[in-house]
Amino acid sequence: MNIKELYQEIILEHGKNPRNLGKTENFNKDAMGKNPLCGDNVHVFLKLDKSKKVEDISFEGSGCAISMASASIMTDLIKGKEEAEVKEIVNDFLGMIKENPELKSKNLKEDEKTKLMCLSGVKQYPMRVKCATLSWHTLISAIDNTQEEINTERLD
Amino acid sequence: MSIENIKKEFPIFNSKVHNNDLIYLDSANSSQKPQSVIDRVNDFYTNEFSNTGRSVHFLAVAATNLYENTRSSVQRYINAKDKNEIVFTKGATEAINLVANTFGQKYLEEGDEILITELEHHSNYVPWHFLRQSKGIKIEFAEINDDGEITLESIEKKITSKTKLIAITHLSNVTGAVLPIKEITQLAHSKGIAVLIDGCQGAPHLKLDMQDIDCDFYVISCHKMYGPTGLGVLYAKKKWLEQLPPYQGGGGMINDVKKDSITYGDLPNKYEAGTMATAQVIAFDQSIKFLEKVGIESMIKHEQELIEYGQEILRKNNSVKLIGNPKNRAAVLSFTIEGVHPHDIATILDEDGVAIRAGHHCCQILHDKLGISASARASLGVYNTKEDLDQLNSSINNCKKIFNL
Repeated sequence: MNIKELYQEIILEHGKNPRNLGKTENFNKDAMGKNPLCGDNVHVFLKLDKSKKVEDISFEGSGCAISMASASIMTDLIKGKEEAEVKEIVNDFLGMIKENPELKSKNLKEDEKTKLMCLSGVKQYPMRVKCATLSWHTLISAIDNTQEEINTERLD
Repeated sequence: MSIENIKKEFPIFNSKVHNNDLIYLDSANSSQKPQSVIDRVNDFYTNEFSNTGRSVHFLAVAATNLYENTRSSVQRYINAKDKNEIVFTKGATEAINLVANTFGQKYLEEGDEILITELEHHSNYVPWHFLRQSKGIKIEFAEINDDGEITLESIEKKITSKTKLIAITHLSNVTGAVLPIKEITQLAHSKGIAVLIDGCQGAPHLKLDMQDIDCDFYVISCHKMYGPTGLGVLYAKKKWLEQLPPYQGGGGMINDVKKDSITYGDLPNKYEAGTMATAQVIAFDQSIKFLEKVGIESMIKHEQELIEYGQEILRKNNSVKLIGNPKNRAAVLSFTIEGVHPHDIATILDEDGVAIRAGHHCCQILHDKLGISASARASLGVYNTKEDLDQLNSSINNCKKIFNL
């Protein structure tokens, strides 16, 4: 595997200029996550409307190109989706990073899938998988209102 | 033993990493092992294995003698007065916990102060934090200067009438600063304060002379010193080992056991409860012999040339920022690259076979002070060469290219 398959242009670009960085105004759900081994941290802010649709989403945090790009791409894709759709997409993404060769979600358009698959390079770098998944686990924690900080060392 | 050919003593360098030669720059984390150390572990288990100290049969007597031989070698290497001032532990971490626990139990009361520095590894902070929680002691931090050094003055500033122990590193695993431990010890002793030196980084790279330094405790991590994992050394002046209570209870550390009373064994058994890391202790003798064969003076000279060279080429490399600028630096070059996170640096360098470490290196206090969450660290061993540092530099350039810098 070539290192450039991990550091594709789209990842470098999102890593350098993350979308939706900052604190959403009037957010009604949020959660924090961290990777204690490397010090990466993320804080996800969600604004769900009355019909449980993601009206706005943003994140704050610091980390490597992979974790910043992953959070940036995630927030981009999730905006406008229903809560149930979001959960399904997160599961699909985590499944793909863990073992599935491709994304199966019906809630993602083809171009969205292509964008997400840019992160599939981390499968070859087991030490970096947690960088890619931290913000996704944190998003679920925000939706479920668990009030629990996500800690990558306590995940499967 | 010629220092130019020293890589040949380390079989790991026959291994390929992603089809490249291994450029190992992570010795501050753990050093590689010479063939003689590896063989000794194998030989001992194959031909000589027995537990030590308990049985009278042939193998037990031989293993006990080998085990005690290493103690004598360590005594010689660090110039301790007495071989019983050498206690084996499961690591440097356990050695510090041993002192924190026993010294804390006997000599510390609420309001007493332990003075450490902002450079300390978590293993020279967390054990004292336990005492902060259980006994209400205070922990003071001597502050680094802009060059990432701890000066005698920064220590002096934090000493109060309540200071009972100064626990400091010999050599920072992040800034590479060598601390003036002899002067600090003199100052501490003039005020009746005991001194513990965390020698995890110092021991593999600097000359050790306990009579010259005069510290009360000195802690060594054997796996960072070309030795096996699972082994540490606590050097402590005899008066402390005699006065302090035992640490762990179990077999081997007792003198007499009755239903209503127990007396403890003599030094060093008092502190070596249970079956020890016998094979590792015996193999560690080969690590010391290796270092003696290389020669401390020539090792220091070689590594000093490398560190000067490494600083020179990294300073010339735009967008690389070295962490710290200590006048007396050894073995460690930590850096950041503007625009590339340390973990990305480490992953990209690894592809070229260059092994470095990225993260906070168990020094979160220091990274907070520096205002960064992580750094990249290249650290040296006796086997490194200028070519290794050239490869480091060229892989850094590759990394910059990938990130369009």
